[in-house]
Amino acid sequence: MKRLGLAAALAILATVPLWVGGTYYVNIASQILFYAIFALGVNVLAGYAGLVSLGHAGLFGIAAYAGARIMNDGHGQVVVAAGALGVTLLVSAIFAVLALRGTGLGFVMITVALGQIVWGVAYRWISITNGDNGIAIRGRPSPLGLSLTSPASFYWATLVVFLIAVGSIAVFVASPFGASVRGTRDQPRRMNALGYHVWMIRFLSFLFSGFWSGVAGLLYLYYNQFVSPQAVALTASAEALLMVIAGGTATLLGPIAGAALVVVVKNVASAYIERWNFVLGAIFVVIVVFMPEGLVPGTVRRWRRAVAVLRPRATAAG
Amino acid sequence: MAVKVRRREFLAGAAGAAVTASLAFPAIAQPKPVRIGLLTVKTGPLASGGIQMEQGTIRFFKDRNSTLAGRKVELIVADTGGNPAGTKTKTQELVERDNVDMIFGPLAAFELLAITDYAAQAKMPILSLAAAEDMTQRRPNPYFVRASATSSQNMHCLADYAAKELKFKRIITIADDFAFGHEQMAGFQRVFEDAGGRIVKKLWPPLVTPDYTPYLAQISGADAVVQGFAGSNPLKFMKQYQDAGLKLPVLGGGTACDEALMKSFGDEAVGVISCSAYTGDLDTPTNKRLIDGMVKDYGNIPGLYSAGLYINGLVAEAALEKTGGKTDDREALIRALRSVSLTDTPRGPFTFDHFGNVVGTFYVRRCEKKGDKLVNTTIKTYPKVSQFWTYDEKWFLAQPVYSRDYPPLKT
Amino acid sequence: MNLWVVLAVNSITLGGLLFLLSAGFSLIFGLMKIPNLTHGSFFMLGAYLATSLIAHGFDFWTAAIVGGLLVAALGGIVERLILRRLVGAELAQVLVTLGLSFMIADVCLLVWTGDPIRIATPSALRGATSVMGLGFPTYRLAISLIAVVFAVVLWALLDRTRLGAMIRAGVDDPAMARVVGIRVSRLFTIVFCLGAWLAGFAGVIGGPILSVYPGLDQEMLPLALVVVILGGSGSLLGSLVGSFVVGFLYNFGQAMFPELAYVVLFLPMLVVLVVRPQGLFGRLAA
Repeated sequence: MKRLGLAAALAILATVPLWVGGTYYVNIASQILFYAIFALGVNVLAGYAGLVSLGHAGLFGIAAYAGARIMNDGHGQVVVAAGALGVTLLVSAIFAVLALRGTGLGFVMITVALGQIVWGVAYRWISITNGDNGIAIRGRPSPLGLSLTSPASFYWATLVVFLIAVGSIAVFVASPFGASVRGTRDQPRRMNALGYHVWMIRFLSFLFSGFWSGVAGLLYLYYNQFVSPQAVALTASAEALLMVIAGGTATLLGPIAGAALVVVVKNVASAYIERWNFVLGAIFVVIVVFMPEGLVPGTVRRWRRAVAVLRPRATAAG
Repeated sequence: MAVKVRRREFLAGAAGAAVTASLAFPAIAQPKPVRIGLLTVKTGPLASGGIQMEQGTIRFFKDRNSTLAGRKVELIVADTGGNPAGTKTKTQELVERDNVDMIFGPLAAFELLAITDYAAQAKMPILSLAAAEDMTQRRPNPYFVRASATSSQNMHCLADYAAKELKFKRIITIADDFAFGHEQMAGFQRVFEDAGGRIVKKLWPPLVTPDYTPYLAQISGADAVVQGFAGSNPLKFMKQYQDAGLKLPVLGGGTACDEALMKSFGDEAVGVISCSAYTGDLDTPTNKRLIDGMVKDYGNIPGLYSAGLYINGLVAEAALEKTGGKTDDREALIRALRSVSLTDTPRGPFTFDHFGNVVGTFYVRRCEKKGDKLVNTTIKTYPKVSQFWTYDEKWFLAQPVYSRDYPPLKT
Repeated sequence: MNLWVVLAVNSITLGGLLFLLSAGFSLIFGLMKIPNLTHGSFFMLGAYLATSLIAHGFDFWTAAIVGGLLVAALGGIVERLILRRLVGAELAQVLVTLGLSFMIADVCLLVWTGDPIRIATPSALRGATSVMGLGFPTYRLAISLIAVVFAVVLWALLDRTRLGAMIRAGVDDPAMARVVGIRVSRLFTIVFCLGAWLAGFAGVIGGPILSVYPGLDQEMLPLALVVVILGGSGSLLGSLVGSFVVGFLYNFGQAMFPELAYVVLFLPMLVVLVVRPQGLFGRLAA
């Protein structure tokens, strides 16, 4: 049953460009996918490790900026990808060493400061980042000779990366290491007493989270063909967190659903609702207050309860 | 076929409703309407200019009963949120989903730069106010038309005026630290220094600066100050300038002392000399009509943004008249747009150069108090100003683009 | 040479404004452990409300107090209806307060349009006053004075009253405070309203310098954040010192390292967080 559902989901995802009705929606679908990768990356920390980062847009943006700089220096796509992700991992390591000095609110605040420093550099260090005009790149790469220029081909390429991300994070979560990460979230002292190196576990989770944020940032660069300081702003970090919490923290499906929700509100709903900023804010509030566990677990819970209520009646009727 | 102005329902209540109502015309059998997309900013910090753009656009189509060259026009407004990624998605929405024939906007240079490659690929005519120099210089987009000005176009005139009429020798520049500010000040510097003056200091506060004092404290030892602020910053700057007790004369660009800011300014703006592509006191029939309409509908005096979009409407209309209302042949449409030559507009006569940038009149004005109102009074006009000023085009383009550090400060 | 004197004096006046803004932020952060990202919005909303009050004939100071009260009322509603459900969940608090700031910003845009609005300087405080042979805007000097007065009043409130003792107990050890019979829940509402009032009031006081415009909220919030982290949350002295430190960092950073102005602002915050997480004057949580 589960396998059947998975196959159906895959089939639906793989055929999006064929039925979604227009390249505009294909592009929206691509955006959902790479933001979902970002949200999944953020969720590794926020959900499984219990460390709320408000600086991850910095990592997302650093990958995009590094990719753009390397590409405009005339390097090939392999160098671009390897270089951008290498830089992101390095910066993630620095972020992690600093941020892991704190937990809880301390961690949040350190990541805010880190994210704001990255933003400040992107915004004001014009000789490196070109300031608010951002950096544009010429064209998308062609992995294995396949052009990604068309919306559909870019969607499929993003989908492949997305599936790898989902797969790797699923493996990560199910692994003994993933269990130890959750352990550091729920019982850090006990984990320490049991001989686990709590700091190292958190550090590695941070790197893993940073890596996928970087991948998403690189896809963002390829998709938009430019990057500007807005990509690293505090709001961008907060939106990623919203995606996670809206969908459901520490679940695999939650961040994906959350990413879809946020992208659709920002891009599609804004064409119909003048006050879409208000709506986005209201969604933050309503979800957090009324469905604190997130849309996916919340819906599952409500569905189960509804089923539980309906079932006895059904038998009674039968 | 009523003109559809999407997402009007919530806009400022009555004004929005009135527009929709008056635009509702009985349907007559005719070809499909011309679709014009407006990329603007209606939310976030840049919303002020973006809303004025929308008002100017709607005013124009109201004046034309939403019919241009015999064809109905449908206006689709998209809110970019002032974010480049959002602008890109909204442009795709207009191009791919709404199949617009041309786009008015966007507002900011960084928004325009984010979409120019895409728009060129899609062969989508863009009529924007965004002033980024290279859009019509070293990185031209063949589908781009700019009826307002490059960042430096008015500053060239202002520098000429400052050097030759005001006889200033030493000037300090201060502008927002982003491309629009850099390009304005660089253009001023080149012409001012070529006329024998000297820029003694260049100050660059960040776009987001609550307090200008660290910069104001550095202003001394010059004949005058040139400021190139945009958005709400001129207001904040002039107030703090006055509070700091500074007395040097202030010159400014188009956004520095715009008509739309007049209702927000206090006495601190009196005496500011600015140069702009648009001036409220220009006595042309269309300008009068624009001002009356804006005051009637919105209670607002139009400034650069509203007038700029109204002028874009005039350009679109003239082009459609040339093509006989046809929009299918994009090459013909862009040729028609760029060959438009108008005389009765809110900014006076203008044509376009082969990059699609305006060649038109620029106005040096002094801000004065009349009764209890502030107004700009024109003190000199510069007709037929090209984006290259009096320089040779080839020479101009061979130089680096205007920037924060080019031309360099002379030591 | 004059430049440095001007910058130094101005650092103090900006510090005064920042103290008004961040004292409430610090109390809320210290007592309730809530990173209140709507604080910048309260600041902006206060200023906007004051422009309407002034347009209806109120004088500046009344508008500042009443504008602050309206913001405080909103703060109370937010605290009662939303924030108290989220005790201890910093992720939820971050998102809710950020969501509220989006909503407030959008409502302000709807009500007061996007056009910048100027708040006139109270007539008694216009012009310049001479300090050390240099002219300074009188109003700015007055802000420093107001900040000092507020610092003293707040100190007296916290240090000399029963309410203050309860708040201090709540900051130091909420569990213990509850045990000894302090109604921490009501305390939270009072502190949140007080913090919101201070922010709204600060917005009006800042109005004649900053004017009011969309985006003002997001300009002020990071400054408040840096102040509180530097000074230490829940510490009045910390806020005061932090405000002046930020005032100096801001003024001298902008003047000396314009390209790295934001780094100059946030790097000290980072260093303090990493080296001394409780802030310069904060006490370590039990």
